Amino acid sequence: MITVFKRPEALTLSNTHYCPGCTHGIIHRLVAEVIDELGVREETIGIASVGCSVLAYNYFNVDMQQAAHGRAPAVATGVKRVHPDKIVFTYQGDGDLAAIGTAEIIHAAARGERFTTIFVNNAIYGMTGGQMAPTTLPGQEATTAPKGRDPLVQGYPIRMSEILATLDGPAFIARVSVHNPQEVAKAKKAIRQAFEAQIAGKGFALVEVLSSCPTNWGFTPVEALKWLENNMIPYYPLGVKKSIMNAEDSQNLAEEG
Amino acid sequence: MTKVLMKGNEALAEAAVRAGCRYFFGYPITPQNEIPQYLAWRLPEEGGVFIQAESEIAAINMVYGAAGAGARVMTSSSSLGISLKQEGISYIACAELPCVIVNMQRGGPGLGGIQPGQADYFQAVKGGGHGDYHLLVLAPATIQEIVDLMGKAFDLADEYRNPVMILGDGILGQMMEAVEFPDQEAPTVLPQKPWATTGAKGRAPNLINSLYLDPEKLEQHNYHLQDKYQKMIEKETLAESYLTEDAEIVLVGYGSSARIAKAAVDQARKMGIKAGLFRPITLYPFPHQEIQAACQHAKQVLTVEMSLGQLVEDVRYHLEFRIPVHFYGRVGGMIPTPREVWRVIEDLVKEGGAS
Repeated sequence: MITVFKRPEALTLSNTHYCPGCTHGIIHRLVAEVIDELGVREETIGIASVGCSVLAYNYFNVDMQQAAHGRAPAVATGVKRVHPDKIVFTYQGDGDLAAIGTAEIIHAAARGERFTTIFVNNAIYGMTGGQMAPTTLPGQEATTAPKGRDPLVQGYPIRMSEILATLDGPAFIARVSVHNPQEVAKAKKAIRQAFEAQIAGKGFALVEVLSSCPTNWGFTPVEALKWLENNMIPYYPLGVKKSIMNAEDSQNLAEEG
Repeated sequence: MTKVLMKGNEALAEAAVRAGCRYFFGYPITPQNEIPQYLAWRLPEEGGVFIQAESEIAAINMVYGAAGAGARVMTSSSSLGISLKQEGISYIACAELPCVIVNMQRGGPGLGGIQPGQADYFQAVKGGGHGDYHLLVLAPATIQEIVDLMGKAFDLADEYRNPVMILGDGILGQMMEAVEFPDQEAPTVLPQKPWATTGAKGRAPNLINSLYLDPEKLEQHNYHLQDKYQKMIEKETLAESYLTEDAEIVLVGYGSSARIAKAAVDQARKMGIKAGLFRPITLYPFPHQEIQAACQHAKQVLTVEMSLGQLVEDVRYHLEFRIPVHFYGRVGGMIPTPREVWRVIEDLVKEGGAS
């Protein structure tokens, strides 16, 4: 008998608390597959953040630290400086990384801290009940923007990947999506490159993953994926924003992107 | 051993290195800047890491990460900077991570001033951030005592898996005194930390965490923390009693204020007044039995503080409200003088009848 599909070793045998149709599960799996493929599960320390992925420490079968809201990059800095030979990653949402933790992510990136950040952008605060996020699109409804985000009142969304790509510290910055199987495959390649950048000691690496939130967007899972494709991708263009990896690595992703 | 003349902040930094501290994360703030400046060159010499963080908040969270990864780690700041760290300190206490936090206090509240103060006493000994927790708080009064307490601070942090605070002030940080460093080098063998995140090689994954969504489990964890504080209360109190055996008026002060009070006590003794000094060295746990013993003949007690009455509340509580406890303090960077304190003693003796 040939096994063609199995749970990655880097995931625990547990049911997640994520809502039906939420793409966090896919992203968890991609991270875990990359950890397995690189053979670093026993060398990896993950940092869980605050938000929907607060319980990520229950799902990744690696050493984990749970960080305060927005502070995962500072915690990861502490861990990586103590264990420079280990693989360290943070797993953060858009409220965590692009609002309360803006200073921590920018300065960790600017310092070129050699860890990897998985930044899950679903344009909403999920865990606390659909409040407006820094990434909520103009016109998008949220429980704290009940008439839709009005840029004249609530300002404009932040494109974190583009901001971070202007810095000298990052080695690899990319934005991907998981709204269809092709994009899932590309997302996995980017996540792998972001871990490889760390292993190569080249600097900070971040992959922004556009993600759906059917519950708080008020859509079915299928509608949510379509809404992501039609609304988020035009505002948050996919692709590699910065790479100092060798030419082949970046080229492969660009060709497929 | 030879004596060297050193600034308090620099002596503290050197003592931390000798205690095996290899990681420091901090942010500039007066009057503690010599600590990060010293460690910025000293830690790399020992293969350690110094990072100037983007904020106090980031610095304390770097401490959280490094402590969770098993390292001996320290941060330092002053008053308002310590306020910014409180979120992280609460997480560190709940996640039971050993570390040392230095507060060289200045005048407050708000941006306050840059001159010495002691108005962060409540914040230091009552927890400081949200939730039921305590730091173990050490209050040295001389630069030699800073040096002597640093190794103990890191050892206590490891033993109890609890943050330890060195509560100093701008006087102790900025003044120079002759100090002796013990001859021995940094401990080569530090305590094992099998709970630390070091990579789950051949074992189940470790988790550093302060989240308990199940209220029963969170309550149990709180009881576990309280048990630890109870052990500290039983085992870890430190204090100095000076001329208290027959003292009818006992002054109480910590850190720099205790030195000022001591000069006033000496003056009182010269004038034939039976005065003594009680100096708590651990502010949490408070030396309950020690202060009771020091005040057994006291008719009056006087606390001397650079605050408007914080230590005095704990002194009244630990003397069980049986002896009148008076207060004298200056704030905002104003420092009580021995002469001022002596005048208060004189008035109290006239009014209260201590001989």
